Amino acid sequence: MKRSLHPVIMIMLVVAAALFGRALPTWTLSLATVAASNALIALGIVVLARTGNVSFGQGLFFAAGGYGVALIANAWGMTDAVAQVIIGAICGGLLGLVIGPLIARYTGIFFGMLTLALSMVLYGALVKSTVLGGSDGFNVGRPTLFGMIFVDPREADFMLYAVSVVTTGLAGIAATILFRSELGLVSLAVRENNLRVEYLGTSANRIVTINFIIAAVFAGAGGAFALMAQRHIDPQFAYWTTSGEFVFVAILAGYQSVAAVFVASLALELVRSFSNLYLPNTWQLVLGIFLLGVILFLPRGIGSLWIRDKHKKNDSAAETPVTAEKGAVS
Amino acid sequence: MNPVLSVRGLDKRFGAVVAADALTIEIAAGQKVSLIGANGAGKTTFVNMVTGYLKPDSGSIALDGMNIGGHSPRGVAQLGISRSFQIPQLFIELTAAENLMVAVSGTRTQALSFHSPADAQGRREKAVELLGRFGLADLADRPVSELAGGVRKLIDIAMALVRRPKLLLLDEPTSGVSAEEKFATMDRVIHAVAPDAATIVFVEHDMEIVSRYADRVVAFYSGRILADGNPNDVLKDPEVRRYVTGGA
Repeated sequence: MKRSLHPVIMIMLVVAAALFGRALPTWTLSLATVAASNALIALGIVVLARTGNVSFGQGLFFAAGGYGVALIANAWGMTDAVAQVIIGAICGGLLGLVIGPLIARYTGIFFGMLTLALSMVLYGALVKSTVLGGSDGFNVGRPTLFGMIFVDPREADFMLYAVSVVTTGLAGIAATILFRSELGLVSLAVRENNLRVEYLGTSANRIVTINFIIAAVFAGAGGAFALMAQRHIDPQFAYWTTSGEFVFVAILAGYQSVAAVFVASLALELVRSFSNLYLPNTWQLVLGIFLLGVILFLPRGIGSLWIRDKHKKNDSAAETPVTAEKGAVS
Repeated sequence: MNPVLSVRGLDKRFGAVVAADALTIEIAAGQKVSLIGANGAGKTTFVNMVTGYLKPDSGSIALDGMNIGGHSPRGVAQLGISRSFQIPQLFIELTAAENLMVAVSGTRTQALSFHSPADAQGRREKAVELLGRFGLADLADRPVSELAGGVRKLIDIAMALVRRPKLLLLDEPTSGVSAEEKFATMDRVIHAVAPDAATIVFVEHDMEIVSRYADRVVAFYSGRILADGNPNDVLKDPEVRRYVTGGA
């Protein structure tokens, strides 16, 4: 099993990253907030991908979290950032709890397309819903934190940055523990051969469902962050291009490392921002070339830069394949 | 003695192909039964029906007197029937020990742990102990993708053993193993399996293996049983020689 940092050290690193925001220029705070928020949703996709299934419709839970928080905030005046993140996660998780068991029996492209279809159903419903503002959506108030109101934009940005970094960091620690756990190992087994897992007495569908719900919780919390950052919500939250961005981050990261998800999300935001700044008419081209480069040269994702492949690690040993007789007599 | 497995009137058709034609077999505890037959005779279909992968068109399957006909592979495994495969069904990106740890997790009655490390709570020790029985303990941390076919076969069987099954079904345990290694491999399998699975059914094409290790042979032909009895009698049966062994 892989060795890694103790959870307490990881928590300290998360706190340090949050405090580091004090030293960052204002424009990078919002960029880092978006990157952390997207990383949280992509992390959910990576958790799910470890069972061999990719969701092309995380916008569904992203929107569920965002709309759930927005409606509660407007109805009851609940503006606390931490409470909003928790409510977003619960909204996403509850929807995942309903959909997960139904969708877990599908695999591969059918699984991916079903998630995409469901997100587009929600998108269509939201566009037609006048109560929810139709295609224009609606606005929400400025978030607060434990009763503190942030009037200074710099302070408000820092508060949002800190909450997003701490939340995403804690989710990353939880995912790291999950990846090394019994459930994490069996998830990888489901990814490779779900029928064999069933023959061993474990429900592969249940494993996929659990991972699916975790991904939905993360996406719901991400929806709350996006809402707090924009103070506006509209059906675009559930649109397929929104879901596609999260899948991009997950592909860039690979499924082997939690840290890679944060690096990939930040890298994508930086490339997008700088190419948009210096090449305003061709920034999508730059983004596409960047994605192609990563896929071509790091097919197992950015995480493969520091997570060595077991196959390569044992290259020297692999030169002499182990035969049955060698094993049997040893 | 009550049979461990009791199969009655099992039928299975794939279009015009008859894979099982009113199969009736009883297997007593402690027996080592070999299923023989040409390709397409219905041996693997029989194994697939007993383990819940295929639903029979008609007939009943009982384990220790309990009907298991409608159960899924998972349900059948939980009730006490395990199997290995002709082509080993392993998780090739995982190590040998991790493959066994996944199998150990399958024996849990509670939900899998979110936080307990995969190799904790005696899971790794159990995995290495099982690998040790097959002489593979020193390969515990090698990815399965690096291991030869014969070793994979043994790991596949070791995984089936984890549940301490009442009935162990082995689909061609020596296929892919060289002629020089086949007896050593089979000796190792029989020795390793003995503490956990007294009743074994193995599909086999090699008549030397069959006559040496089976105490009962069931010969299949076109989905029905051609002969059933002790190896000497069955392998000398004229119909078996004609349709199954080809005079071997």
